[in-house]
Amino acid sequence: MNSLESYLVISSILFSLGIFGIVTRRNAIAILMGIELILNSANINFVAFNRFGGMQKLDGHIFTIFVIVLAAAEAAVALAIIINLFKNAGSVDVDEANTLKG
Amino acid sequence: MGELVFLGIALLVIFSAIAVVISPNLVHSAVALLFTLFGVAGLYIFLYADFLAATQVVVYVGGILVLIIFGVMLTNKIDTPSIASSSSNQLIGAFVSLLLFAFQLGVIFKTNWPVGDGTVVEDTVRPIGRMLLTEYLLPFEVVSILLLGALIGAATLSRKD
Repeated sequence: MNSLESYLVISSILFSLGIFGIVTRRNAIAILMGIELILNSANINFVAFNRFGGMQKLDGHIFTIFVIVLAAAEAAVALAIIINLFKNAGSVDVDEANTLKG
Repeated sequence: MGELVFLGIALLVIFSAIAVVISPNLVHSAVALLFTLFGVAGLYIFLYADFLAATQVVVYVGGILVLIIFGVMLTNKIDTPSIASSSSNQLIGAFVSLLLFAFQLGVIFKTNWPVGDGTVVEDTVRPIGRMLLTEYLLPFEVVSILLLGALIGAATLSRKD
C-alpha cells in the first residue's frame, strides 16, 4: 500500500476535488481554498517522486518549499484583493463581480 | 500497523477535502481544510520528509489557514446569521472533475514509472539547508524578494485610506 501509486492516487483525488471546488463555488474565499488543495496535491507529487524515484538528493523537497512560499504569497495578495472587493462591491460573490464585463 | 495508520491518514485527507469543497458553511470548510493540511503533513512523514511536515504545519496551518479564517470573518456582515456560500453548476462540475480524475487514474496506472532501489535520505534538514545556499541560492533569494514584495503589496492593498 505504501507505494508510489497510492500517493499519486491521493494527490489526484485532491486535485480533482480542488478543481470541483473552484468550478462550483461562488464565494471567492472558497475558491481560494480549492487552490490550496491543488497546490497541496502538487506538493505530494513532488515529495512522492523524490522518495520513490531512487534519487540521492532532495530536489523535490526544495521545490515543495518554493511552492509553499508561493502559496503563502498568493494567499496574502488574494485575501487583500478579496477584502477590497468586499469593501467596494459589498459581497465576495464572484458572479456579481462583473463590472469589467463589456 | 503502519499500513493502518497510512490508510487512516489517506481517508482523513480525502474526506476532509470533500468537506472543504461541499460544506455550505465557510467556517466549516476552513476547519475541514485544517484537517486536510494536517493529513498532508502526515503523508510527508510517511515519505521521510520530516522537515517538510514541520514546514507544512507551521506555514499552512499556522499562517495561511489563519489568513483564510480572517478573510472569512472580515468579508461577512455581522447581521447575516450563517456564513453561507452557495454553489452553482454542481452537476457539470462533478462531471468535469470525475472525468479529470479518471484520466489521471489511467495515466497513473498505465505509465511505467522509473522506480529506484528504495534508498532513503534519512537526514533531510542538513542537505536541504546546504542545497538552498549552494545550488538553489539564486531561486531562494528571488523567492524571498517575491514574498517580501507580495506581503508589502497585500498590506498596501488592504490598508484603510
